[in-house]
Amino acid sequence: MIFFQLFATFFLIGLFTFGGGAAMLSLIQDQVVTKFGWLTEAQFTDIIAISQCTPGPIGVNCATYTGYEVAGVAGSAVATFALVLPSFIIFYGIITIYNKYHKTRLFGDVMGGLRPAVAGLIGAAALILMFRFSVDGRVPRMEVIEDNFGGPASWIIMGASFAAAFFFKVNPILLIIAGGILGLILF
Amino acid sequence: MTKQGVSLWNIFTVFAKIGAFTIGGGYAMIPLIEAEMLKRGWISQDDMPDIIVLAQSAPGILAVNMAIYSGYRLRGLRGAIAASIGAVLPSFLIILLIAMLFTGIKDNPTVVKIFKGIRPVAVGLILVPAVNLARKGCRKWWSWAVLAASLVAVVLLKVSPIYIILVTIIIAVAISMAKEARTGR
Repeated sequence: MIFFQLFATFFLIGLFTFGGGAAMLSLIQDQVVTKFGWLTEAQFTDIIAISQCTPGPIGVNCATYTGYEVAGVAGSAVATFALVLPSFIIFYGIITIYNKYHKTRLFGDVMGGLRPAVAGLIGAAALILMFRFSVDGRVPRMEVIEDNFGGPASWIIMGASFAAAFFFKVNPILLIIAGGILGLILF
Repeated sequence: MTKQGVSLWNIFTVFAKIGAFTIGGGYAMIPLIEAEMLKRGWISQDDMPDIIVLAQSAPGILAVNMAIYSGYRLRGLRGAIAASIGAVLPSFLIILLIAMLFTGIKDNPTVVKIFKGIRPVAVGLILVPAVNLARKGCRKWWSWAVLAASLVAVVLLKVSPIYIILVTIIIAVAISMAKEARTGR
């Protein structure tokens, strides 16, 4: 049963991811953390960090790790296989559609609509790793996820690493190593 | 279209090498795939943009899609399977090893401290592609509305991203077809 669930979940994730690894994180978070509770927010954040430092696509890293956490080595094989499978099935469809509509506007229009939507999804994924949102009556409430952001130092580390990666294109691996060293000193 | 001279093992090892040495996901793999393919004369310079566009417009993992398309060009479906196993296997094995080791040490106080420092970095790094994609993809007023709507829907209304992508595709296809009908091709 758990294998079937893993398979169905990662198949869906593979099927609905447009726009690369970061977009996939939003779907994985939705299914694996929010829906099934297979991983906590903190565990999920750890995997993202580990994925940034290890070779290969982030989506594959997440699927392998989650599968292992949920159901051991067999689980990780099932999750990874399920994630990759939709690409094969869609491949033949895409090839025909692409050849037919190659020069029409359809592809451009769909991608034009998806890009901002996916940007919003990735932004949401980051926000959900910072706060737990809930609606209490009609008042929206947010509460900091203490495992990820234990104090002011955590927020400064986040802001600094975003600025370093965005403005100065600092290598993510270096930033994660720096974060680990700061963690040892500060916490 | 297929090249008979290239063995499946050959395709597998080339993509395994690419998979083992690219850190940072799909986009980092593109130049490596391009270099390896051109060096071996497997794919011509003119094919490359087509492969990249196809890989990006299909759902799924960019690197795997690129492997599927390149492998398919070389040896059909079998080539596609060999290439994608090659692209995935190294990271699968490495993460499996890390997962096995990490579950044993994750409650160690030193490891806990290290990851307390690392987690905010990981969250900061996720924001980078979000901002990049917003800058690249939001040229008109409605695209900012789409971005805001999808963010609010996920964060506050807890809508699954799957529905957001599905609805966006349906609306985009409808608008595109309406435009095409109006201009009469």
